[in-house]
Amino acid sequence: MSEPIASVNEFVVKFANVNGSGSASANELFARSILRMGVPVSPRNIFPSNIQGLPTWYEVRVSEKGYLGRRGGVDLLVAMNPQTWKQDVEELSPGGYLFYDSTRPMPASAFRDDVTTIGVPLTAICNATYTDARQRQLFKNIIYIGVLSVLLDIDPEAIEKLFGEQYKGKEALLGANRKALKLGRDYAHENLDPDLVKLRVKAADKVGDRIFMEGNAAAALGCVYGGATVCAWYPITPSSSLAEAFQAFCKRYRHNKETGKANYAIVQAEDELAAIGMVIGAGWNGARAFTSTSGPGVSLMTEFIGLAYFAEVPAVIINVQRGGPSTGMPTRTQQADILSAAYASNGDTKHVLLFPEDPRECFEFGAESLDLADRLQTPVFVMTDLDIGMNQRLCNPLAWDDSRTFDRGKVMTAEELDAGKTFGRYLDVDGDGIPFRTIPGTHPTKGAYFTRGTTKDRFARYSEEGDVYIDNMERLAKKFETAKSLVPQPIVRHAKEQTRYGVIYFGSTSPAMDEAIDLLEEKGSHVNSMRLRAFPFPNSVKDFILAHDKVFVVEQNRDAQVRGMLSNELGIDPARLVPICHYDGTPITGRFIARAIGGRMEELKVVSLERAVS
Amino acid sequence: MTYIAKPKLHHPSLTRNEVGKTRRDYEGAISTLCAGCGHDSISAAIVQACFELSIEPHTVAKLSGIGCSSKAPTYFLGASHGFNTVHGRMPSVLTGANLANRDLIYLGVSGDGDSASIGLGQFAHLMRRGVNMTYIVMNNGVYGLTKGQFSATADKGSVAKKGAVNNDSGIDLASLAIIMGATYVARSFSGDKQQLVPLIKAAISHPGAAILDVVSPCVAFNNHAGSTKSYDFVREHNETVNRLDVILGAPPMTAEYGPGEMVEVPQADGVTLRLRKITPDYDPSDKAGALSFIEEKSQAGELATGLLYLDPLPKDLHANMNTAAEPLNTLTESTLCPGSTVLETINAALR
Ligand SMILES: Cc1ncc(C[n+]2csc(CCOP(=O)(O)OP(=O)(O)O)c2C)c(N)n1
Ligand code: SF4
Ligand SMILES: [Mg+2]
Repeated sequence: MSEPIASVNEFVVKFANVNGSGSASANELFARSILRMGVPVSPRNIFPSNIQGLPTWYEVRVSEKGYLGRRGGVDLLVAMNPQTWKQDVEELSPGGYLFYDSTRPMPASAFRDDVTTIGVPLTAICNATYTDARQRQLFKNIIYIGVLSVLLDIDPEAIEKLFGEQYKGKEALLGANRKALKLGRDYAHENLDPDLVKLRVKAADKVGDRIFMEGNAAAALGCVYGGATVCAWYPITPSSSLAEAFQAFCKRYRHNKETGKANYAIVQAEDELAAIGMVIGAGWNGARAFTSTSGPGVSLMTEFIGLAYFAEVPAVIINVQRGGPSTGMPTRTQQADILSAAYASNGDTKHVLLFPEDPRECFEFGAESLDLADRLQTPVFVMTDLDIGMNQRLCNPLAWDDSRTFDRGKVMTAEELDAGKTFGRYLDVDGDGIPFRTIPGTHPTKGAYFTRGTTKDRFARYSEEGDVYIDNMERLAKKFETAKSLVPQPIVRHAKEQTRYGVIYFGSTSPAMDEAIDLLEEKGSHVNSMRLRAFPFPNSVKDFILAHDKVFVVEQNRDAQVRGMLSNELGIDPARLVPICHYDGTPITGRFIARAIGGRMEELKVVSLERAVS
Repeated sequence: MTYIAKPKLHHPSLTRNEVGKTRRDYEGAISTLCAGCGHDSISAAIVQACFELSIEPHTVAKLSGIGCSSKAPTYFLGASHGFNTVHGRMPSVLTGANLANRDLIYLGVSGDGDSASIGLGQFAHLMRRGVNMTYIVMNNGVYGLTKGQFSATADKGSVAKKGAVNNDSGIDLASLAIIMGATYVARSFSGDKQQLVPLIKAAISHPGAAILDVVSPCVAFNNHAGSTKSYDFVREHNETVNRLDVILGAPPMTAEYGPGEMVEVPQADGVTLRLRKITPDYDPSDKAGALSFIEEKSQAGELATGLLYLDPLPKDLHANMNTAAEPLNTLTESTLCPGSTVLETINAALR
């Protein structure tokens, strides 16, 4: 028997449940109660593409140190799904704890002798207490939370408070939940050794004013704050909850108080082609519009994205990435649509991408993308992913400066047209590659033009002349240069010690990277880091790479897509960029990154020694 | 091809409409379509209809897909904003534009390839949603721009210029529109301006999804014997159900028609549609009747034209969504952004 794992405020609990059994809210209650004790947690939903009956897991990392990335490994397993029992039990770390429903006897062979087993007859308790089948099912979840709260020392007051908030005004439900919790707690007190589990939650003050939110909801709220009035979408995991959250926020904040009228329009389109078409139509007509989708949706949208690029129509596409290609791993996470988004559509096209690291940046970039799309008159992608989008993540509170105004970009008004200002729809008047546009209906006689995906001259007149075409394409390239200084700039962190190694990462890799840097430092390895927040890459990215001998590029795809883009776009020798790729569909971990970078550093040391000798 | 600006010299004798504009003010660039192409006649009918309705050209947004037909918006309403989108997907762009600004008049122009082949899905869904617009399909049964392949409206058994026979069933766009929920469905012929102009005017004044299927012969690829979309064929097989007058303001009394020969249907904005019946029992408010009539005629090798279906009380997309009366594209920060105080309460609920 391995020594039981002992830890205060640093461990991983994994709940194995059956989809549709009502476990989600109980498991969330577990995570939240620990947060209320001032201890950071990061939960992750692991679920199949199924509505009812298939396995689902909820993995909660408790980390007073504040690591919010996935850790890997399981210290305490709450095994509520007989179907996945074997694989779940195998995953448990030696010295870990196996919690299960002991109503039905299990053969000895189902257990491991290097873990501590905690059997509680949950079904028997439920059957003795409830007659209704649904209640038996639902309260079983609360009962196990009750037992766990005793074993892990979770403050019952915190849970009670959460119940109070959740069931405010629903006294019957409140009472029933309290009763179920007490059933579990009483059972534990009466039947279990209080020192059986050596994992403990101890109150701390490491949460601060942070909030606990899903990235999809945050991005949707960013679109509300950024002034989106038109949303067109087609359901696809893991993005659907974004449009649904937009709808819910609009219901609350976007109706005229007197008339009840909606200051927004949401269309569930017939497919992604129609969704992006509507966004482009609305953007062309001067409204702020966005769509949310995932990889397969972007694939369908590509012809339209080229139109918006070439005709210069603002559009925001939020791509909540999942595992590809094709239907791929629809309920797993990846960062594998970077290339297909950056160069979406036929011909020479390039698009602005934003890479939020957490819900807080989903909110910021949601709003910011609408400004950028208007300013640059082009499609802007917000490249989030399932890990950020569909999991609640602890992050800084959302903030809004009330003096902030929407940047509507270069829109020529009727007054300006009347004053005799020259209007050339594709005329670069300011030298930044960005022309002026007019909104349909602006002026009775001036400023109308024809928008098209075919080539045109500076005054929007159809032309197939080679030099006219090149003139326009060069201006578009210049506009993309301009974008470099307008997009969110990368963030650099210097290592504690001088180093010739750098690391570049982006998006949801962020919390794992924070942890990896600490793990590497503990081993005496140092890397300077740069977190990319947008494409096109600002000039500082090239400077950062050139300031290091080797730069690791960490990403969650097979083909090192961003590494390729860095090399191509910035003219960097690929040998300088070392790919670190994680793409099995699970969120990348700090352990993985530290091991991979540490390993490569060892190899590189050997190589440079060899070079020195020969 | 280059853009040729038309001289805008107004002859003093040109008549002016209520907003002081002449017919020339509704024209666009000189057409680059083939001489005799039906599409040019439809463009001329659009010009005439907008002139007669005294529409301010800049209050119209004209959108199209890709094809010879979809090029047509360049050749009318030069003072309107236009958008030549992608092949078969104009309906979604028009929907988005309409959502952004409910105050403009939306004119969608498309071809049979654009709407019935590649774009059938978007075409259908546009009508389901009741987008307030006038949608004109310039229907020639072929892909003109890619040189004469059959489109999905080519009738079964019709013969291509080079002799190939079409074995697939043709899609009847008018029937489809009725089924899909369009609230104004008409069919006409590019060669019959008398019929077409009032139908366009009525469609524009209709506050809902109005579809016009206009047979528009392609002189380059589909105007030969064996084609069911040629000038000769349509002239010979045209079965007109009614004639329409669009009356602005109070309709004058008339004693010209006997009982049951004439119906008047009031529209929004003081417009009245006066329908003179040609097929005695044809009732355009009877959906099922309209569908079976169109089908019967089709089986007899005839083409039903006229105002085929009209829902006098349409409900459009904005009504269904209860959107603000003012265009969404005019709303500003103070209406759209809930501000920092609200954000604080949102934050508080997430702890
Ligand atoms: C995605 C895509 N596929 C194919 C084409 C080529 N194409 C251009 S126009 C056209 C057919 C147009 O037919 P129709 O809508 O009937 O217009 P017409 O020229 O007959 O007026 C096709 C297939 C295209 N532009 N885009
Ligand atoms: S090819 Fe046919 S449809 Fe195209 S312009 Fe010529 S006649 Fe018209
Ligand atoms: Mg055609």
